Amino acid sequence: MTTAAAPSPFPEALKNAFVTALIALGLAAPMMGLVTVQVGGDLGLEPHCPRVAIAVALVFVGRLILNLTIWRPGRVKKVTAISPKTERLLSKTARYLAPAAVAFAIILPFLPGVGRGQIDLGILVLTYVMLGWGLNIVVGLAGLLDLGYVAFYAVGAYSYALLAQNFGFSFWLCLPLAGILAALWGVMLGFPVLRLRGDYLAIVTLAFGEIIRLVLLNWQWFTGGPNGIGGIPKPSFFGIDFKTGPDGFAATFGLTFSPLHRIIFMYYLILALALITNYFVIRLRRLPIGRAWEALREDEIACRSLGVNTVNTKLTAFALGAMFAGFAGSFFATRQGFISPESFVFMESALILAIVVLGGMGSQFGVAVAALLMIGGFEWFREFQDYRLIIFGLVMVLIMVWRPRGLVSSRSPSVFLKEKKAISGSLVQEGHG
Amino acid sequence: MTALLSLEGVTAYYGSIAALKGVDVEVSEGEIVTLIGANGAGKSTLMMTIFGSPQARDGRIVYDGRDITRTPMHEIARLKIAQSPEGRRIFPRMSVLENLKMGAAVTQFAHYDEDLERMFAIFPRLKERAAQRGGTLSGGEQQMLAIARALMSRPRLLMLDEPSLGLAPLVAKQIFSVVKELNEKDGLTVFLVEQNAYHALKLAHRGYVMVNGKITMSGGGRELLEKPEVRAAYLEGGR
Repeated sequence: MTTAAAPSPFPEALKNAFVTALIALGLAAPMMGLVTVQVGGDLGLEPHCPRVAIAVALVFVGRLILNLTIWRPGRVKKVTAISPKTERLLSKTARYLAPAAVAFAIILPFLPGVGRGQIDLGILVLTYVMLGWGLNIVVGLAGLLDLGYVAFYAVGAYSYALLAQNFGFSFWLCLPLAGILAALWGVMLGFPVLRLRGDYLAIVTLAFGEIIRLVLLNWQWFTGGPNGIGGIPKPSFFGIDFKTGPDGFAATFGLTFSPLHRIIFMYYLILALALITNYFVIRLRRLPIGRAWEALREDEIACRSLGVNTVNTKLTAFALGAMFAGFAGSFFATRQGFISPESFVFMESALILAIVVLGGMGSQFGVAVAALLMIGGFEWFREFQDYRLIIFGLVMVLIMVWRPRGLVSSRSPSVFLKEKKAISGSLVQEGHG
Repeated sequence: MTALLSLEGVTAYYGSIAALKGVDVEVSEGEIVTLIGANGAGKSTLMMTIFGSPQARDGRIVYDGRDITRTPMHEIARLKIAQSPEGRRIFPRMSVLENLKMGAAVTQFAHYDEDLERMFAIFPRLKERAAQRGGTLSGGEQQMLAIARALMSRPRLLMLDEPSLGLAPLVAKQIFSVVKELNEKDGLTVFLVEQNAYHALKLAHRGYVMVNGKITMSGGGRELLEKPEVRAAYLEGGR
């Protein structure tokens, strides 16, 4: 009589699984069980009973197992929130992890077993880290959802390519110019969307990204249209070119010439650019403008009633975010040596946004980790080309289930009384601040 | 006493719907003036119209001798008018301290440390919770934070929109006594919009009653409290 207290869930589960199997039969019979074949000149149907049977059996057994385990009635659901202790541990390790990661990035090209391929991948990852940090200003701090970020990346890339080709400007001169031009475009996008919020803003930025791409594609005489721009000059090492001659980089520093020098230089260039971006964003967050961005993200009316000029605040967020994309864009142009509108499709915007969201909005370290996972992962799964997007989607879903506020979700306040305390992300609901 | 804030025949619209139909209100320096009325009477609209959102269609709003009818919201905030909007509207993901710092932005942080000490003296609870996210505070604490944030800008005129909304009676009483103290000690001028008519009128020097976008009655706080119409409509409702 021991089982009398808790009635066995088995009959109920069996019944439920049976109903599910019936539905599966109804669906599978026409979809899997009937195959069209050619009979002579006509189309005929050929039944495939075993396939249907296997599918129905799979559904039945699967449902039964689920009913008896995860969906068992009365099963106590475990709370998945991370305890404050682990949260603290995570943020503590993150504090030491960040300098360690930078140190690793610095020595990476000289580690044994690191060849051209790895350095190239490093350059790619760092480009996205930089883009992620730039977009973090707009999305993470100011809370303006930007789906057209790649447009500013394109403006930066084309600025450098066109200035270098038409006027022979050097990379170091073009870099700030590209940033300024991209920032101008950021302001230009900012003005019409000032009154929009949330979903509406996202749609307009999406359209803006597409407009830029289509203009680049169709303005044949200026941008080269779909043919793109080739032969973009490479940067020099402060005036010394990477070439074989006596005044080349290798000869000047008494090294034997190797094409790897340029790659390593590029790697350090993007590392420096990314770290500058990071430094800027961290400093900006502590300034009144940074706090105004965060306040704007939280509540626009409260912000205005406290005397914050929301117009200027939004425009600076767009302009600064765009500026860093411009820098990254001109680096991209010089690294590739060839650019075309193909490189600036919506998928790129989505990828950068995914990096920011997965990293934990507003967290610098999280963004870097997410960029490494996403871009590095993409390269890693190159052999499974066809399945890459599936895995990509799966990882996103899993992260959103386990850590819905991003990989690093705690937010450290910019002002503190006596000591610094991190604010855990799991304390507050999604979308409610 | 001179009028610090005066509204003359102010109208405001949401699209084609008139929310304010010619409102005259006057707030003198050093006074607590309260505005009571039922749901949808236009109390909060009046408050927001003074702040320029929505802007008044007709009429004039004069503050300290200056016409602010067409001044943008963020510039009004720089004229030493502070507002604690309806529903508190603190920044939920920012810490208490960051919320307070946002309030001091208008003054360029000139008296930040001093004012922070003062706020912690008035609301000791906020000091205990300084590092906490605004969103994790209780309703009463959030209201304290909203008032403290507004006070960080050293206002001459403090406008409070329903500070007792959703608070336990005891906590609401606490908030009202703080308002009274600020008025008596520092001579702060307060314009209070409330549904809790009894407490608000007891506190105020003068009061206005609003019905359907119009002021229907005005007078001293106690005087209004005695009037049978006010008692019937706002104090003994349903009985």
